[in-house]
Amino acid sequence: MIEMQVDGRTIEAGEGETILAALKREGIHVPTLCHMEGLPPSGACRMCVVEQEGTGALLPSCSYPVSPGMKVRTRSPKVLNARKTIVELLLSNHPDDCLYCVRSGNCELQRLAEAMGVRQRSLRGAKNHRPHDVSGAVVRDPDKCILCGRCVRVCEEVQGICCIDFVGRGCKTYIGTTFDQGLNVSTCVNCGQCIVACPTGALTEHSCLNEVVAALSDPDKVVIAQHAPAVSVSLAEEFGVPAGQDVDGKMVAALRLLGFDWVFDTSFTADLTIMEEGSELAHRIASGGVLPMFTSCSPGWIKFVEQFYPDLIPNLSSCKSPQQMMGAIIKSYFAEKENLDPKKVVSVSIMPCTAKKFESGRPEMGRDHTPDVDYVLTTRELGRLLRMFGVNLMGIEPQTADNPFGERSTAGKIFGASGGVMEAAIRTANFLLTGEELPKLDVLPVRGMKGRKELRAKIGDLEVGAAVVNSLSGARKMLDEIRAGRSDLQFIEFMTCPGGCINGGGQPIGIDPDAAKARMAALYKIDETAKLRVSHKNPYVKRLYDEFLGKPLGEKSHHLLHTKYAAREVL
Amino acid sequence: MSAVESVLKKHPGAGRDALIPILQEVQEDEGYLSREAIAEIGKHLGIPTAKIYGVATFYNQFRFQPKGKYHFMVCRGTACHVKGSNRVLETAEKELGLKPGQTSRDRLFSLEVVACMGACGLSPVMNLNGEFYAKVTPQKLVKIIQECRETEGGDGR
Repeated sequence: MIEMQVDGRTIEAGEGETILAALKREGIHVPTLCHMEGLPPSGACRMCVVEQEGTGALLPSCSYPVSPGMKVRTRSPKVLNARKTIVELLLSNHPDDCLYCVRSGNCELQRLAEAMGVRQRSLRGAKNHRPHDVSGAVVRDPDKCILCGRCVRVCEEVQGICCIDFVGRGCKTYIGTTFDQGLNVSTCVNCGQCIVACPTGALTEHSCLNEVVAALSDPDKVVIAQHAPAVSVSLAEEFGVPAGQDVDGKMVAALRLLGFDWVFDTSFTADLTIMEEGSELAHRIASGGVLPMFTSCSPGWIKFVEQFYPDLIPNLSSCKSPQQMMGAIIKSYFAEKENLDPKKVVSVSIMPCTAKKFESGRPEMGRDHTPDVDYVLTTRELGRLLRMFGVNLMGIEPQTADNPFGERSTAGKIFGASGGVMEAAIRTANFLLTGEELPKLDVLPVRGMKGRKELRAKIGDLEVGAAVVNSLSGARKMLDEIRAGRSDLQFIEFMTCPGGCINGGGQPIGIDPDAAKARMAALYKIDETAKLRVSHKNPYVKRLYDEFLGKPLGEKSHHLLHTKYAAREVL
Repeated sequence: MSAVESVLKKHPGAGRDALIPILQEVQEDEGYLSREAIAEIGKHLGIPTAKIYGVATFYNQFRFQPKGKYHFMVCRGTACHVKGSNRVLETAEKELGLKPGQTSRDRLFSLEVVACMGACGLSPVMNLNGEFYAKVTPQKLVKIIQECRETEGGDGR
């Protein structure tokens, strides 16, 4: 440890760490913009400057290392003036349309302008005018971009995709895709991590709020909602509640208030996924099929394999994701049972994910030219819808979801965290192969935020090599190992987003590792105290097989719950 | 073998650091960087195409459209700027209907801006297919373009 002085106070700092890291530990706040926790500093925006005493130099605290006896000032007039000027320069070519911006009230630029005391437009520059780039999941508005580079970094360094980068030079720089051809033909997997990383409204989801509002007010339509496991532990954040509070029951009640005719829980089809995927794995092991088998719940990951690793497509489980399974059984089994015309059913899913928007639009995800899932709303969009309809989420009495697809095991619920699918699968596989429940249902080695977790699971006489991977840069490493001949694994869970769906691209804005951890902890807390903790004991899953599907991997399952993938050409 | 393939063959096992030389060689051979070329270079070097496009657009030397039969290079260096090269460029853009970096649909004309040609004594200076034009004025430029069009059998419009 070394000693340094900050604003006249002596503090201790670790050798080699940055000034920012030392200040943070001491609880001294320095504003940042381009800085991303966990990634190497980029030092692009200079928002975090501090003044070195003696020389008067302005040092970027995010990237400048501490040294013994260093004296800095974090709030001298020179520092405050520099920060204010930076914000003013960023605003000089920014559109003046905060009132119309989806990020109004939740914008880092707005917050900084307020905090730095920017009260008038002292600098005027030419505004940017570039066309919007709209894909099925993501909308880029380059005019609002302040070139902090966080989207580029998360895309390249966290996800290993790099479908966007800085294009051009100097004042003409913008963030663009290859040859400006747009996200649709790019390698973008629609994960939306760029959206949660963006400080302004330059990146947003492709919203379908208007379509959902129209459906809700149409008396001819039967509007059915399903909500994903990771939404109930993050939605409250949209209403100012700290991360980690579960509002499952309140959300169900709120969805009914919004006018949804039925409210189902996607965790139910997560249970169903376990039955189908577990059977598929057992079948592959018994029949010498392609191994290791990869999970297929995460649509960003699916597109990733299709475009970068088409040779490994046979390893993907043929199971649709829980969202698409729910969509398929709503418009078949449920519509039949309730005597509903599938064409009048509007199936809306609430997802922590933007890639789900893309997934629901895949041509194979429907029958008779009707998609199984009509609209996908992100957690953020649901928050907006509740505010639009004046529903006070936190003040509602909780209700339970509708049957037959409302009852779920908590094995289905923990799908929302990285490792959850694996844990649920191990619980059920153990029962299916040995006829007995695991003495202890918690599978601790697969839990947590770590990018890769591996385990050798003994299930009866069978020893299975299992791995859990999250983030696509991690997936790339694992797939390269498999291509190079690694063969000790039989089953691998892949999630597109770091930490799994709890940290998905449709979740409340912000890249706060602590928020993701709190959401994850909330999911496991629900599991800890639950009675129904294994998918195979879900009575409604059993009933669905008895009344309709027959058996896992049966003919009906094959048509409704399984799908195919194909190699993709992208730029 | 395509031009790109033969360039890449000269750089076996190349890494990121070989990107710019490869881009230069491909442009040297093909006159510009096509989408196909960038995709192939990306595969060879293991670099995403967006990254290559980002690098290539950073430098003025790279073109993304093939050169026209008449390739105009307008100098916007300091000396030429002082002598009014902004009006020369404006005229070129207007007369050719092109922005810098673009090529006309009939592939007759293309326009490029360069930072300095090292001929400041002749400023404002312009280069057409390798030939230098000294002390260019908008009027002179209009005439040059007209002559090109007439050579091509048009009416100079």
